[in-house]
Amino acid sequence: MEIFRSHVLVCGGTGCTSSGSVKLVDRLNDQLGELGLDKEVKVIKTGCFGLCEAGPVVIVYPEGTFYSHVQTEDVDEIVSEHLLKGRVVRRLVYQDKGDHPSVGKSLSDIEFYKHQTRVALRNCGVIDPENIDEYIAFDGYRALTKALTEMTPQDVIDEVSRSGLRGRGGGGFPTGTKWKFAAASKDDKKYVVCNADEGDPGAFMDRSVLEGDPHAILEAMAICGYAIGADEGYIYVRAEYPIAVKRLNLAIEQAHEYGLLGQNILGTGFNFDLHIRLGAGAFVCGEETALMASIEGHRGEPRPRPPFPAVKGLFGKPTNINNVETYANVAQIILRGADWFRTMGTERSAGTKVFALGGKINNTGLVEVPMGTPLRTVIYDIGGGIPHGRRFKAVQTGGPSGGCIPARLLDVPIEYDSLIEIGSMMGSGGMIVMDEDNCMVDIARFFLDFTVDESCGKCTPCRIGTRRMLEILNRIVEGKGEEGDIEKLERLATTIAKTSLCGLGQTAPNPVLSTLRYFRDEYEAHIRDKRCPAHHCRSLMQYQIIDKCRGCTACARVCPVHAVSGEVRKPHAIDQDKCIKCGACYDACRFDAIIKA
Amino acid sequence: MSEHCENCEHQDKLLKLRDIIEQKRGEQGALMPVLQGAQELFGCVPMDVQKFIAQEMHVTLSEVYGVATFYSQFALEPKGKYVISVCMGTACYVKGSQAVLDKLGEVLGLKSGETSADGKFTLSATRCLGACGLAPVMTINEDVHGRLTPEAIPGILATYQEG
Repeated sequence: MEIFRSHVLVCGGTGCTSSGSVKLVDRLNDQLGELGLDKEVKVIKTGCFGLCEAGPVVIVYPEGTFYSHVQTEDVDEIVSEHLLKGRVVRRLVYQDKGDHPSVGKSLSDIEFYKHQTRVALRNCGVIDPENIDEYIAFDGYRALTKALTEMTPQDVIDEVSRSGLRGRGGGGFPTGTKWKFAAASKDDKKYVVCNADEGDPGAFMDRSVLEGDPHAILEAMAICGYAIGADEGYIYVRAEYPIAVKRLNLAIEQAHEYGLLGQNILGTGFNFDLHIRLGAGAFVCGEETALMASIEGHRGEPRPRPPFPAVKGLFGKPTNINNVETYANVAQIILRGADWFRTMGTERSAGTKVFALGGKINNTGLVEVPMGTPLRTVIYDIGGGIPHGRRFKAVQTGGPSGGCIPARLLDVPIEYDSLIEIGSMMGSGGMIVMDEDNCMVDIARFFLDFTVDESCGKCTPCRIGTRRMLEILNRIVEGKGEEGDIEKLERLATTIAKTSLCGLGQTAPNPVLSTLRYFRDEYEAHIRDKRCPAHHCRSLMQYQIIDKCRGCTACARVCPVHAVSGEVRKPHAIDQDKCIKCGACYDACRFDAIIKA
Repeated sequence: MSEHCENCEHQDKLLKLRDIIEQKRGEQGALMPVLQGAQELFGCVPMDVQKFIAQEMHVTLSEVYGVATFYSQFALEPKGKYVISVCMGTACYVKGSQAVLDKLGEVLGLKSGETSADGKFTLSATRCLGACGLAPVMTINEDVHGRLTPEAIPGILATYQEG
């Protein structure tokens, strides 16, 4: 085996790839080759490091130097200074706010990582996801070996049950119980399915696991197959995730070569094989019965349950279906035991949860924390708070099925049940932060717009009910709201939640209900005062020029409809009848003399 | 002459599609992968291709049509040379992706979902691309453009106008 003195890890996740990390790898290899260092230094493209905001990210080991925002132009300096001469390139080292520039932090000292516990993301940003040997070197496939050689299928199910692992796709159903039901169904053919149709807007944890640690999913699905008595599995993954699909295909191929998938795995007589199916852009396919219909080649429409998939699932056979992040925990539970897993999290929500932190927050990225961590810790300590000195207004969790949580509830611990109590839900783990410039009525409208678009149309409450709600919300943000609209929304919401066929419709009213619960005054301001308190809704706001105006004419020159008038060096004014509220003047003003009112 | 060649090309693709169908024959639930193959070959799944699939796979045209129209990945009409997809995920939305989409619509004279008359651009709003760290984000074919502002749009479009 070759020994290298340094390893350079370059993030190859989607965020960093989008900002040019592939070019970095090429440039690094070119430069190292030119200097004859390619036998001493190894460049590895890993999965997501999580701190997407700082991307592209590069870490140099053994020092653990964390470089952020690395551009192709910076590569030569990293190679000639750091890798050749051993001098850290200070200007590129990641710094927390208030750090002295000379501080060379390692990963575990950085605020963003300090509060995290990585279980599902354990290998993301650590190993090369395209190399099975690296996965094996980090205990990969040891759990499968242990399950097949030392445990009975019942032992495996018991261990998963005792761990308290619950579905990470959002529902929170106990995983062990699901496996038990599927194992109890008697049939000559059973299936294991992985739901990788990550659809919640603003959630990308499943994609990062698939891109950063695909073998973890393969291993867990094989363990599940052994536990429930299945010899075949499907991974249903979004076609919009090309990097994940490529790495999954590669991983399956490598696992076959090593005899870790296929016939007679590890000589134990256990057979298990996997297929990949691509989703084709339908949010409803995240619902398990719709997903299975889609794998079968039909329209992805849900069907009533029971029968549950554990009894009658894919191709009419007993099926266990779990989400990516749920599977990502399984190998660790088998290897380290249920008791270890229960040391993290809370009584009713064991383990950790991955969140995709986004929106109006300083450190956008992927975060994994023990369950029970307060929202405040995630948003302020890890996320670094709100940019530009703006005020926090709400955090949205649970995607289109979830709700908006206001500032006064920031100390609520993150658990399945506590989030439901406050009108939101865990969901798959999107966590979008909003500041005072975001209008809560518009956010509710945004989610309803999404649901209306994605409703499959099979059941009436969801197909027609959500559309009626959207029409009311559209009227409200356009300033045409009427007395009684709020009550109408509430009545529709209750009916839709009670009567829809699947989870999509049952939870679709949540964004409206939760914003009504915590931000009712904003709805009332829109309806009664024809005013948007966040100055977001175009129909309800005006641009005005205040007396700070120096008469520089910048606004008048950019106005596309010539609504701004005034003499040079004298305060200007906006003709509200002509103004189309495009905001060009607001952006052009250098004296903060234009305000939204 | 040119029409004849276009027809040849179309026939060629149909033969390739037949190969895909042959490969998948006997596989359970093969209709989706076959349609995905067709979408890749033709850039869309027009009616004659759907009829071809129905015939070759021994399923009804209504079933093929039902599946093709259910999923947003399948287009019934050809898309433009450059497909612009503006991310409408929550993280992008709260950071102003609507204004970016509006600006694109204004500059190109297109509504979301439409293709320009010269066949150059298709404008679409897309589901979360998962690049929330770069919000607001859009993709033009394979290229990712992040941290967008409406003001940056004309400059970005200009680099594609020539090609």
